Amino acid sequence: MLLAVRKFLASKWAKVFVFLLSLVPLLLLVWRGFRGDLTANPVEFLQHQTGDWTLRFLIFTLCITPFRKLLNLPEVIRFRRMLGLFAFFYVCLHFLTYLGPDQSFNVAGMLKDVAKRPFVTVGFAAFVLLIPMAITSTAGWIRRLGGKRWQALHRSIYICAILGVIHYYWLVKSDIRKPLFYGMLVGILLIWRLAAWFGKPKAPAVAHSVPVRPS
Amino acid sequence: MLIKLASVLALADSTRKEAYFNRRSFLRGLGIAGAATVVGERFSSLLSPSTTAFAGTKLTTIKSNYRVDEKISSENDVTHYNNFYEFGSDKGDPAKNAQNFRTSPWVVSVEGEVKTPRKFSMDEILTLAPLEERIYRHRCVERWSIVVPWIGYSLSTVLKLVEPSPKAKYVAFESFYDPKQMPQARYTGLAYPYVEGLRLDEAMHPLALLCVGMYGETLPNQDGAPVRMVIPWKYGYKSIKSIVKIRLQSSEPPTSWNRQAPNEYGFYSNVNPNVDHPRWSQATERRLGEIYMHKTLMFNGYSDQVASLYSGMDLKKFH
Ligand code: HEM
Repeated sequence: MLLAVRKFLASKWAKVFVFLLSLVPLLLLVWRGFRGDLTANPVEFLQHQTGDWTLRFLIFTLCITPFRKLLNLPEVIRFRRMLGLFAFFYVCLHFLTYLGPDQSFNVAGMLKDVAKRPFVTVGFAAFVLLIPMAITSTAGWIRRLGGKRWQALHRSIYICAILGVIHYYWLVKSDIRKPLFYGMLVGILLIWRLAAWFGKPKAPAVAHSVPVRPS
Repeated sequence: MLIKLASVLALADSTRKEAYFNRRSFLRGLGIAGAATVVGERFSSLLSPSTTAFAGTKLTTIKSNYRVDEKISSENDVTHYNNFYEFGSDKGDPAKNAQNFRTSPWVVSVEGEVKTPRKFSMDEILTLAPLEERIYRHRCVERWSIVVPWIGYSLSTVLKLVEPSPKAKYVAFESFYDPKQMPQARYTGLAYPYVEGLRLDEAMHPLALLCVGMYGETLPNQDGAPVRMVIPWKYGYKSIKSIVKIRLQSSEPPTSWNRQAPNEYGFYSNVNPNVDHPRWSQATERRLGEIYMHKTLMFNGYSDQVASLYSGMDLKKFH
């Protein structure tokens, strides 16, 4: 069973599968759009849905390493770049719902609003921070930057996720359950990461070769 | 009816010099009482027994001059996208979760600094005055807006009946709250029961509508059945839903959103494009059913009628 899973995870179909799965939220929105089923306030609905999915994909991306280590599934690392790029894809859509319907594509007005509203400032900062990561997500860029520098840059995804949570927390009116929930997830991932760093500095990347317990 | 008529007369006879108890309102009061007798007969036969479901009953209305000449929002949009935090904080929640809300029997207590405190049954409220259909703009603090044909009459009708004492300077409202029927409420971050308030002169303003219906029928549960306020020049949360208590008092009453975040939601909460919410601009709004934003009007477009209530006030400070 486990072998079959690992074989699938290593196959090219797994990538196609994860790719299609990541498109499902978008396809659902398109489908609902065709059916005229985007609530009474479609712009707000799309804005919220794309915002939610941005945050979720950031968290999926952050889950990869713990997932890989805890379950001893080195293969899942193959999906990390794709998930990160989907987070970027959804934040672009999210940003467009703001730049277009909210700000009427007026860039100067948009920047003024970004500067004025802390919750938008924070979201915008996360968005801007994602851009260099998206650009340097290719193998060529890893080579050009060198592994160390590349990794340092891409660690800022943690900051994006934290900023995303603050953005969410600041925009809700009084029901803070969802931002707290996402905040908790990001917090756990961060603590896990820090523990891993401080627990065993220079942890060898071969940890996954330890055999798993049969289940 | 005789009793009601007598109390209206007594009210007009009194020598108090409150600005709103003038000759004209006395005459209007007579008219209302007279009309109410006629309409009242019609309604008491229509609505007995009073235990019938409230929502969705057709209402007979007279035309009102309070009608904005703008496209009325889709009824489905208005009834399936709104805030009624007792039933959850998502705007689709009220329509889902308020379906079995029991709104009958229902009593509204009008009390406090008044000469004749009174408990009104829903049947009484429906028959105190002819029901008017008024088409108002309605602007949410979250920057969406709607145009709705509400049904009701000015709250002043009721306030005049109970005769505010000279000490009465404010009106406090309280919503129904039952955690058993509203299990979602406790997760929404507000303290319940929901409370709201107006200055007495605001409450006496003819635009301040005591509302029992919309789109030709009694209020759907999710929109504040069986009786709510609609104050078109203020942000939506001032228009308190499912009212059980109206209390006149000398001091400014606490209000739910102000208690929750005093710097974001003031007591007055007049629609004002020049005073931003700390987290977003109030200069524009989105009509449900539209994509782009358009300009928000001062007092939601009711400046001519209500601006004088606030003359000399710093509307930034008293936001
Ligand atoms: C990594 C970056 C970002 C993340 C993770 C994110 C996430 C979110 C989330 C989760 C929501 C709330 C969704 C809901 O209520 O269900 C939201 C709403 C929103 N976001 Fe973002 N966002 C990001 C970037 C941005 C940017 C760049 C902008 C604009 C410059 C922006 C503007 C907004 C606006 C206007 C709302 C709606 C606020 C409201 O309803 O009043 N966000 N975002």
